[in-house]
Amino acid sequence: MDIDIKSLHTVTLDPDKCKGCVTCMKRCPTEAIRVRNGKAKVLYERCIGCGECIRLCPHHAKKASYDPFDTIYNYKYRIALPAPSLYGQFNNLTDINYVLNGLLEIGFDDVFEVGRGAELISAASKILLDKGHIRKPVISTACPAVLELIMVRYKHLLPHLLNLLAPVDIVAKLAREKALSQGIPAEDIGIFFISPCPAKVYALKSGLGVKKPLVEGVLAVSDVYLRLLSAMSSLKPEQIKPISKLGVEGMQWASSGGEAAALYRDKYLAADGVENVNNVLKALEDNTLRDVEFIELNACISGCVGGVLNIENPFIAKARLRGLRKRLPNGKCNTLADQGKSLDYYMWEKEPDFKDVYKLDEDRLAALNKLIEIDKILEGLPLIDCGECGAPSCRAFSEDLVNGEIPPDTKCPKVIDESAKNS
Amino acid sequence: MEKGIHLEFEVSGGNFASAGTASDEIKKHLKQLGIRSEDVRRVAISMYEGEINMVIHAGGGRALADIYLDRIVIELIDTGKGIEDIELAMQPGYSTAPEDIRALGFGAGMGLPNMKKYTDEFHIESEVGKGTKVVLTVYFAENKKSG
Repeated sequence: MDIDIKSLHTVTLDPDKCKGCVTCMKRCPTEAIRVRNGKAKVLYERCIGCGECIRLCPHHAKKASYDPFDTIYNYKYRIALPAPSLYGQFNNLTDINYVLNGLLEIGFDDVFEVGRGAELISAASKILLDKGHIRKPVISTACPAVLELIMVRYKHLLPHLLNLLAPVDIVAKLAREKALSQGIPAEDIGIFFISPCPAKVYALKSGLGVKKPLVEGVLAVSDVYLRLLSAMSSLKPEQIKPISKLGVEGMQWASSGGEAAALYRDKYLAADGVENVNNVLKALEDNTLRDVEFIELNACISGCVGGVLNIENPFIAKARLRGLRKRLPNGKCNTLADQGKSLDYYMWEKEPDFKDVYKLDEDRLAALNKLIEIDKILEGLPLIDCGECGAPSCRAFSEDLVNGEIPPDTKCPKVIDESAKNS
Repeated sequence: MEKGIHLEFEVSGGNFASAGTASDEIKKHLKQLGIRSEDVRRVAISMYEGEINMVIHAGGGRALADIYLDRIVIELIDTGKGIEDIELAMQPGYSTAPEDIRALGFGAGMGLPNMKKYTDEFHIESEVGKGTKVVLTVYFAENKKSG
């Protein structure tokens, strides 16, 4: 499957709905949005797919990219990969097999739970932590928005990164092997992840950490939800096949702190919400996080249940998962020994590409000159970061000027107002 | 005059929350210059140690940074109580931080040693009752393709 990375976008804009307000721009954690000609424009090389702008837009003008449901019909044998956060979307659910059987009803031939991959990744993480090759504290890379954030802003933290694939990557590989072993022709197999967030859509489609993408498509929870709900409610108890092979550990990955708890270590921290994540990474940069062995980071508040493609309030979903967890078997449900793969199977096939998106110029002298110029421009600005000019801060405005992103004669609207008053 | 950028920061005494502000701003500049990440890390660590030192021991002070093409020179100047025995203060683990500060996990006696360890040039002068001045220099490696 060939994917044109350039045409792959994390978020798109509905220009008719965008009012050109500065809400998304001001809150974007990587300053990846500008308002140009009254519309929000995403600078994709800086976008980490966290979904904050989708969450915050009061006019619902931002849309996450994902595949339409009908894409699954391009394949004869269709496999669904449901994330554990999906189970938190349903009211009164007591048995997750209802969800899995529901997926079989709406057009899938098989399901493979992503939480199983999470249990395998937890087991592999323990081995890597004990080996001690990764610089402590070890940073989890399961949240692709966090990994993208590190790639654009904290590349020197690379020696700290847990170089394991995401749970969904593992189950995509296992599901394909299973289908092939059942004699299904390779070209008939369509593997689809049902994603809670745009970052996972982008990561899977662009093949983050892998040589080529492992799935045929990525669907949104919000898009699958209604079909699934109606299929589930028409299922009778006797029709429910016990398909689930998920344990407590895999399930708890859906909420912040779950991945870290599954390691059974004392010295860990878990931070959620992209601003909090940024602060933890900054502190790590200053070497002030001592006494911590493992850092779990999730860009969404509450973890994957907080993803913008979900239906349910993250705190409700989290509470439901706590209830469901009690009904699951505890410990050793999905072990590395069961799969019989080498550790390499779980590891990155390639390092993610780090980007120097904030570097002002390839040539250091030119960059220094630009920095001096930026400081000079800043002296004439009000430094109130109002966003009226279309940049998230006065500093970003000066950077855009120096980088030639906006015409050289562009003036700060506040400065223009001020001089109009005085004349 | 050598081409460079001059930055100045006030570090307020007794306020742990504000420590790191100067370090943060400097990191941002170095990343925009495309300085190798290991060097950014060395600057960040020594700068933060310096800020914390001024917060704990000196009731605050000023941090001056001059960024040039090949190096950064940081001056940390305070008018605090000064250091009696610099040689002793430079020993890893030696600390005069009060008990309440140590209870917070600071004051482990690694501040000055770390500042020396992570920088290329380290200069300290201090006078009891007048204050302390620390000058740190980190030289930047040439940019490599892989960075």
